[in-house]
Amino acid sequence: MTTGGALRFAPRLTLLLMAVPVIAGLAGTLRPAFEAGGVARLLDWPGLPRAAALSLGTGIASALLALAITLSLVAALQGGRLFALILRLLSPLLAVPHAAAALGLAFLLAPSGWIARLLSPWATGWTRPPDLLILNDPAGLALTAGLVVKEVPFLLLILIAALPQADATRRLTLMASLGYGRVAGWMLSVLPAVWPQIRPAVYAVLAYSMTAVDMALVLGPTLPPTLSAQLVIWMTSPDLADRPVAAAGALLQLGLVLAALALFRCGELGFARLGRRLALTGRRRIRADLWLGPLAGGAGLLVVLVMAGSMAGLALWSLAGPWVFPNALPERFGLDAWERAAPGLGMAAQETLLLAIVSTALATALVLSCLEAEARFGLTPGSRVMWLLWLPLIMPQVAFLPGLADLGLRIGVDGSIGAVAAAHLVFVLPYVFLSLAAPWRAWDPRIAVAGTALGATPGRIFWRLRLPMLLRPILTAAAVGFAVSVGQYLPTLLIGGGRVTTLTTEAVALSSGGNRRIIGTYAMLQLSLPLLAFALALALPAALFRNRIGMRAGA
Amino acid sequence: MKLFAAVGVLASCFSLSALAQPDPADWAAVLDEARGQTVYWHAWGGDPKINDFITWVGEQALSRHGVTVTQVKLASTADAVARVVSEKQAGQDQDGAVDLIWINGENFAAMKDAGLLFGPFAELLPNWPLVDVAGKPATRMDFTEATQGLESPWAMAQLVFEYDSARLPVPPPGAGPLLDWAKANPGRFTYPQPPDYLGTTFLKQVLYGVIDNPDLLVQPVDPATYDQVTAPLWAWLEDITPALWRQGQAYPANEPALGQLMADGEIDIAFAFNPGRASAAIAAGELPDTVRTNVWTGGTIGNASFVAIPYNAAHAAGALVVANLLLDPEVQARAQDPDVLGFQTVLNLSALSAADQARFDALDLGIATLSPGDLGPALLEPHASWMTRISEDWVRRYGVAQ
Repeated sequence: MTTGGALRFAPRLTLLLMAVPVIAGLAGTLRPAFEAGGVARLLDWPGLPRAAALSLGTGIASALLALAITLSLVAALQGGRLFALILRLLSPLLAVPHAAAALGLAFLLAPSGWIARLLSPWATGWTRPPDLLILNDPAGLALTAGLVVKEVPFLLLILIAALPQADATRRLTLMASLGYGRVAGWMLSVLPAVWPQIRPAVYAVLAYSMTAVDMALVLGPTLPPTLSAQLVIWMTSPDLADRPVAAAGALLQLGLVLAALALFRCGELGFARLGRRLALTGRRRIRADLWLGPLAGGAGLLVVLVMAGSMAGLALWSLAGPWVFPNALPERFGLDAWERAAPGLGMAAQETLLLAIVSTALATALVLSCLEAEARFGLTPGSRVMWLLWLPLIMPQVAFLPGLADLGLRIGVDGSIGAVAAAHLVFVLPYVFLSLAAPWRAWDPRIAVAGTALGATPGRIFWRLRLPMLLRPILTAAAVGFAVSVGQYLPTLLIGGGRVTTLTTEAVALSSGGNRRIIGTYAMLQLSLPLLAFALALALPAALFRNRIGMRAGA
Repeated sequence: MKLFAAVGVLASCFSLSALAQPDPADWAAVLDEARGQTVYWHAWGGDPKINDFITWVGEQALSRHGVTVTQVKLASTADAVARVVSEKQAGQDQDGAVDLIWINGENFAAMKDAGLLFGPFAELLPNWPLVDVAGKPATRMDFTEATQGLESPWAMAQLVFEYDSARLPVPPPGAGPLLDWAKANPGRFTYPQPPDYLGTTFLKQVLYGVIDNPDLLVQPVDPATYDQVTAPLWAWLEDITPALWRQGQAYPANEPALGQLMADGEIDIAFAFNPGRASAAIAAGELPDTVRTNVWTGGTIGNASFVAIPYNAAHAAGALVVANLLLDPEVQARAQDPDVLGFQTVLNLSALSAADQARFDALDLGIATLSPGDLGPALLEPHASWMTRISEDWVRRYGVAQ
């Protein structure tokens, strides 16, 4: 235990790094809510009931739908070729930033959008775009659809990473031998085992869907908008008297998220009771496989198609000359948008890369120390402490970032790239932990026992056995963290004080101008960095372990 | 005691030198201090053409005066205002992050009221005598708020309507004709959702057209007569809303979104706060070359874009140099070139040298841009209280209605 001194403090240090910024920021942001009649003015706003209902409704509906699609995909199709195809196509889509996904989807679905153009005028007879309310519909259906396609890849990745720990394969074999259908067997035996591991991720998706700003501004209703979108409007209003209203709104938003989480928890308990009752009936439900398999496969393919179509549309716009309705393709292609973007690009790409590398490296090191401390000293974080780790993902960003920026200003670190990297760390670390914890814990401890028996120190076991053997999941987790860092907008803008320019801050500023060609260019760039990271995470282990059959992919 | 006194004098020297602000009246000293500074210009970053222009201005500032300009691209100008507010709250009264802001209207009024601006400086700039103060009163009057030299103008804007002459040979020339046309062609007109700047400007433009006494608009809103004065506006909106794009169940977010609807052919009439926008968009291949612009009889609302310097700017001297450079005839002529920006100049052309006048004469205004004569009179922006009140009322009537 000679090397364990510093390691013992790793979990506490990590939690401190997560919790302090969030709590300090929260306090700083919410304080104004009680000044200057913020609460009273919020309650006076006639759009409040509907905006709050929209936040709740679209958030819960999209989280449930994304969860249903993910669970049925895995339950009905895992191990098959269709599933492998969907998984391969969806993984890179995890890297698509929310704003880019929303803008791409808007172009795909609008009455003057790509689908309508592909079908016009030969199938629809439209020579002018029809006056149909598809985007920004008052019920938030377009927003819900956008959130679903964006969250399915994330949930799927998390679920797949968690399955080995739940011993899914043997459970399924057992259920099959008892004559259960595939889906019924999975739902009754694997889901209860895997649920505790993916629950935080599901809650994060629920919280995120309720508080999403960039998607709500593009796809969501506007009369009134969702509460989160209205918060940003107040927060950025030139009338400084709107700030207390924004703070009071942030407080309400926080309350809504907590209420939704509580509601979801009740639903979980009800669902579990239902599951037990279904299990007790003993019915094997083989026929469910017949329709649920194709349904899940169809939904999965639809998600893939919609996301790929959105990205292809944006890619096409970045190269488009004139492109009017109802032409299916641009009249001419050109590099104008790319040439226009080129001069500012180098600097922004450099800072993006620097921030992503620093925050991801720190996050990965911290997560590895936490997990190693857990393995060596049994310092398993209690579930209550684990919630601290989830805090940054569950809190609405607008509720704590302004306060955090204020704090940075007061201690004089804001505007520095170090402060921005530290802010990124708060969001990157939970995702890295989430992606890495399950495969790490699933590592066969008997290998360590064998190592110890041969005289290896814990340090040597870590460096020579565990790390190389887990290189693949470590790199995947780092790639996820990298993608998260690249996508950060509000933290970069607020903590950076405008001095730190990344591809994402450029992309969001430019997308406020609505120019699809420029948006397409930046979306492609924003996408390319994380894609590169994912490609590296795949290629590096393949190259390193080319002579080791046991370390090949899928092992 | 002597020691204390010496320390006190020393301390006051330091605090004086730290607090010393450049004096625009002593321009040689300003230029000296500015050389080598980096000016962080916070400006809306949504239009690549404007970003390119700012980059070009930066190159000029560097080659002429040794001042580096870095544009901080904002999604909303209010982000910069919020930044200065937080700095003031945190007690950071010098070395602020924002050196120069592209600003006008409500944001200016908010910063002026909160005492967040450096100056007065604008009317002390060497290039100020070239500004057309008499012909363009909006250069000193921002939404009826006197600028008092706290912001310096750099571009004029005027509301113009855009239409595709291939589909609509004769555009409606006023609020009444527009209503009739919209009823006959439902779903082909809309406006950005208030409180968006352009959307609210459109409401004010309609108000100018339907109000009995337009003189009321340059005074603050009188709550006693407000309902009666604005009744024709709300009646007009009641009439047109069912005939709007999406039957008024959704609105575009802002000027670029409205322009995108025009480009996609979803609407037949759009409008912009820049008479040169349509020509520039045609040149860029974003609009068909049959698009033309028109104004309403009786005139359309015009205003100016300004730059202001926060009270705690770290590089106020460099910011002054950039504000002055923006009034340079060469820079102004470049901004008016429709291939660059198509913004109208703030200068008085007859005050310029023959060589500088020739720069403006040489400009080809573009296929869809009205000549200064055809652009008609620019109506003054109503008092800022109208903007606030009308957009609040709109939100109450249409923004949350279900």
